[in-house]
This record gives sequence, C-alpha cells and structure tokens, in this order.
Amino acid sequence: MMGALMKVHVIVMPKQSVLDPQGVAVRNALRDYGLDTIESVRVGKFLELEFRTPPGEIKLEELCRDLLSNPVIEDYKIQYHAGAESKQ
Amino acid sequence: MKIAVVQFPGSNCDQDCLRALTDGLRVSAEYLWHKETSVSGFDAIVLPGGFSYGDYLRCGAIARFSPIMRVIVRAANDGMPVIGICNGFQILCEAGLLPGALIRNQSLHFVCQPVWLRVETEETPFTAKLDKERPLWMPVAHGEGSYFAEPATLAALESKRQVVFRYVDESGRRTRESNPNGSMLNIAGICNEARNVVGMMPHPDRAWDRRLGSEDGKLLFESLVETLESAVTL
Repeated sequence: MMGALMKVHVIVMPKQSVLDPQGVAVRNALRDYGLDTIESVRVGKFLELEFRTPPGEIKLEELCRDLLSNPVIEDYKIQYHAGAESKQ
Repeated sequence: MKIAVVQFPGSNCDQDCLRALTDGLRVSAEYLWHKETSVSGFDAIVLPGGFSYGDYLRCGAIARFSPIMRVIVRAANDGMPVIGICNGFQILCEAGLLPGALIRNQSLHFVCQPVWLRVETEETPFTAKLDKERPLWMPVAHGEGSYFAEPATLAALESKRQVVFRYVDESGRRTRESNPNGSMLNIAGICNEARNVVGMMPHPDRAWDRRLGSEDGKLLFESLVETLESAVTL
C-alpha cells in the first residue's frame, strides 16, 4: 500500500499563432457530420502526472517548459489535484 | 578526420548517412550511440533521420535529453560542424541549437517525394561547395516538417542570412506549389548564427549516388570534408 499520490494535470495546446492543421481537419469533419455551428477546433495534449512527493511549483513549471511543451509552438496549463486518489 | 553518425533508438537513416560518407566519399565515419558521453576523436557530427524515441511527445523532444546530446550541444557551441537531417533537424530545434520548430505538415499527409532546393548561402561547412544558381534535387520524407517560427525570429533568420535551403521549383523560383509541407517562407534548412550548425528536412543521405536518382546530396558531404581538410592545413 502506497501513500496518497499527488496528481497533476498538464494541458498543452498549440499557440494561437500556430496553424493547427489537425484542428482544422477535425472541424471540417464535424461540419461534414452535420454540425454546421462549429467554428473552430484546436487539438492539444493532456498529460496526467502522479507524484509520490510533488516537486515545487518552480520545478514543475521548468519541466513543462523544457520537456512537456515546446514554448516556440505551444502553451501549457498546470492543474493541481492535491491529495488525490491513493493506489494499491 | 573522422565523422560521427549518432544513433538514437528509432533512428533509421543512420546507415544511409554512414554509407554516404564511407562509400560515397571514402572518409572515416563511425556510429555514436546515444548513451555515449563524449565526442572526442570526432571532427563533425551527423544527426540522422528517423523516429528517435518513437517521436513520443514531440519529434526530437526526448532525444534532446539523451546523454550524447548534452555533449553535442557543448561541441556545437565550441564550433564543431553539426548537421541534423530530418529528425536530426527536429532534434536540433528541440535542443535549442537552432531557432523555431517543425510542426505537422499543413496537408496532414506524410510527404515522401523528391523536391528542388535553392541554396541560399555557401557560408556553412555543409554548403561551401554549392552553387546558388543551381537548384539541388533530393527527397523529403516526413510528417512533421513544416518550419514554424515567430515573425521576429523569421526576420532575424533572413537578415543574418541563416536560411540555408528553400523549397523551389525546377527553375529555382519560390512558389506555393513547390513547398511540400507548408513551411514558412519555403524554409527547408537553416543554420545557427555561428553558421556551424545546419538543420534540413530534405535528405542528402538519400541522394549521393546516381543509383539513388541524384548525386546532389553528395555535394553537402564533400563541402564538409573540404572544410574540415582546409581547417587542418590552416
């Protein structure tokens, strides 16, 4: 039995200035599906991290900048879920 | 003179690069495994194409943190010639040795076709022998080769003449149709400010022998060898 794990969600999205052809393709598919009110779609990534001991906020920002996202083309958002589930 | 061809798990153009050097040019070249921590004994580095670490997260993102990349960044900053081809270009951008990023092709298709390239500068170790008037012919093969950079970065690349190759038509004109992936300003290859680090999406390693359909790629490796030789005699 391990202790409570700290869960952190990181959302990575293409920057507004970056063309997202994948999002455009999904939007067009939604229009073909019959959803004519769809204006735009952007496709990003959702990462779920679990820590035994959470890193500091600064460290977490650092790893988001250096590895989990590429600041040239992507923005990221961190969501904390303090004292989330515990794992067997 | 000895040239290193770096092997990451998932590299798949490493043999092409090595053969271009050893068979095409008869120069000494050796593989360098990604776990190595030294580049001593080597005079130049080739980062080959492929799908390093499965292209997980982003192309080149994980390769950047391999032990060999830490020493390559140092060597590049000390002036050693480094070329990244295809996935190698993506790794150089992720490592911060080259500006900008390579994103999903605008068409969303994996493009695998020959392209024409205009040489924009001879002032790199890999283009010294090239002729700006004669477009080169070699293949591209990638899904994420669309060059992106912010306007300020693009302006700096242009003003410092860091654009090395552009996609053009057969007569050397930059057109929308000749751009296979939606790269900004038809950029196919760039160099760093010091001009010793070059990244390019097209594959000179697949165009160094008539049997491969083109010998134009050989000129890049010959440029490197000549540059290294002249550096030795200086």
